[in-house]
Amino acid sequence: MIELATVFLEAAVRGATPLAFAAIGETVTERAGVINIGLEGMIIAGAFGAAAGALVIGPIGGYGAAVGAGSVMAALFAVFTVRWRTDQIITGTAVTVGALGLTAMLYRTMFGAGGVALSVPTTPPVALPLLSQIPLLGRPFFVQPPVTYVAYLAVALAWWFLFRTRRGLALRAAGEAPVAVLAAGHSPARLRTLAILIGGAMGGLGGASIVLAQVGTFAEGMSAGRGFIALAIVALGRWHPIGAAGAALLFGGAIALQHLAQAAAVRLPYQAFLALPYLLTLFALAGGAGRRHAPAALGRPLPTLE
Amino acid sequence: MISRDRPLARRVAAVGLRFAAPLAAAALVLSLLLALTGFDVVAALAALWRGAAGSPDAVLSATLVRATPLLLAGLGVAIAFRAGVFNIGAEGQLLAGATAATVMALSTVGSWGSAGAVLGLLAGALAGAGWAWTPAWLKRRFGVLEVISTIMLNFVALHGVSYLVRGPLQEPTRVYPQSPTLPEIARLPVLNEASRLHAGFVLAVALAIVGALTLRHSAAGFRLRAVGANAAAAASAGRIDVATVQTRAFLASGALAGLAGGVEVLGVTFALYENLSPGYGYTAIAVALLAGLRPSGVILSSVLLGGLGAGASAMQRDAGVPAGAAAVTEAVLVLTLLAGHALVRNDATRTWRGAVARWRARERGTLR
Repeated sequence: MIELATVFLEAAVRGATPLAFAAIGETVTERAGVINIGLEGMIIAGAFGAAAGALVIGPIGGYGAAVGAGSVMAALFAVFTVRWRTDQIITGTAVTVGALGLTAMLYRTMFGAGGVALSVPTTPPVALPLLSQIPLLGRPFFVQPPVTYVAYLAVALAWWFLFRTRRGLALRAAGEAPVAVLAAGHSPARLRTLAILIGGAMGGLGGASIVLAQVGTFAEGMSAGRGFIALAIVALGRWHPIGAAGAALLFGGAIALQHLAQAAAVRLPYQAFLALPYLLTLFALAGGAGRRHAPAALGRPLPTLE
Repeated sequence: MISRDRPLARRVAAVGLRFAAPLAAAALVLSLLLALTGFDVVAALAALWRGAAGSPDAVLSATLVRATPLLLAGLGVAIAFRAGVFNIGAEGQLLAGATAATVMALSTVGSWGSAGAVLGLLAGALAGAGWAWTPAWLKRRFGVLEVISTIMLNFVALHGVSYLVRGPLQEPTRVYPQSPTLPEIARLPVLNEASRLHAGFVLAVALAIVGALTLRHSAAGFRLRAVGANAAAAASAGRIDVATVQTRAFLASGALAGLAGGVEVLGVTFALYENLSPGYGYTAIAVALLAGLRPSGVILSSVLLGGLGAGASAMQRDAGVPAGAAAVTEAVLVLTLLAGHALVRNDATRTWRGAVARWRARERGTLR
């Protein structure tokens, strides 16, 4: 039983890693008042960048390329939504559709229509000394691919940045009362752009962690809605990095249930388990999330004269 | 509306410009992309043209057939967006509609001929509205952002269809993941024997016209536009029940997307399977935006994007260009539209100076 719990938790942490990256980045973005529906596109761009980069340069290059690819998509989104004040939801949808199409097209042109699958080495788990010896929790949390530890670090860094730095304070204010930020001598436009770029880079890392720590290859549409789930995780985590990490773990658990169900030979169609994270999102949004904790200016373009 | 007073020629020119600029930009980006990925641009674009408009058959059997579900779903998206409801779930609602229509056509109803087809379409519309009901209720009851909930339900619908075509709805030999082929009597009639264009296209155009008239001339249409334009003003000045209007628009939008699924199954695919829709529900967003969210404009924009889809298939078949090219072109189209709006509005540079002025005025007490 303990063995089963360990295996389940291990799979939950593994499944949660890409979600945590994307959700923590999106927490920063939304705290600045921007809702990024293009996150899904940034994850798939990161996944493709990771596969291509790892093939040419190696794993480190893969992560670098993923961050780059996510940031490029984020920059595009920022130019539209911040500079041109376009609708965030429509722009984000277009970015996602475009990135899914572009990566599919590039993948087919570079690696052929199917058969010749692209394969990159995945980074094996590394046991952290001492921490991995903790009973029950040691193995699931501290015998993981290195990128998972980066995710832990990202939680702490995001918390420190948002709540312990002046720029973080200004950034959060840009999501609550942009005009006041301006009066205080900061540029809300610049802060929002920064927040979007952080979100895009983290989304890219999330995509990279799917490819380089889990699957070892690229597939069209392999982001599989993780960007949208991450949006729900942010709400469930009440726009706080630590909350987002906890919510990501919950969704990792929902994904891991598939493996558990297979092991326990549950007589339910496998599609029910595939659909579970998406259904859970609906319940999570209806139950805990609400709009009370949302930044006041979330989703609104910066104000104008009229 | 001001636009109604303008001379016809200028209105035609304005519409032309509206469509032409994004299309030109999309064509440019597509050409660049093709060149960068090493395709013969001229050959690929020639294939695109052949597939979309090169012959009467390309227009009737490819472009207009593809335009039909886009028209219906795009009409739904336009109505939702006009009411301030961001229904991104047309894809899931379409699959729900396709499933319901399939079930109807495979039951005894399917043998009733045209009455059965009508019932099948009605079932599709009902199922689409039903699929939209959950996010509509979540929005109304808990304030859940419909953007996320509708997208989540798209994935649930996809996995649901995946289960059905491998389980209860699988064809009798149990080899292929698809439903049995629908009996011929249950299908929609074709408009002309030589082509694949079916009665669904006429129905879609008729509904677009009805939608345009309803939106412009009925009280319900006025309420919907008022809510979308300014919900707070509609509630306080017009005593309009915003939540009810938005819920109704949401359900109508779902019904139209569900109808699109029903029409596709009864008119084109004649069976239910997973990849029934090549993302019609997402393309429908581009259709609605390209039409400026006007039901009458959706007719033209759905034909344009239907042509893009048909052309992209030909491009894939004849020039080996991957299908992703169509999605990229769509995205560029939408982004160009958005950028165009922003630049025409021409306040992008004034924004911050204006905000400062307003803030100072408020501090001094000279504003409000």
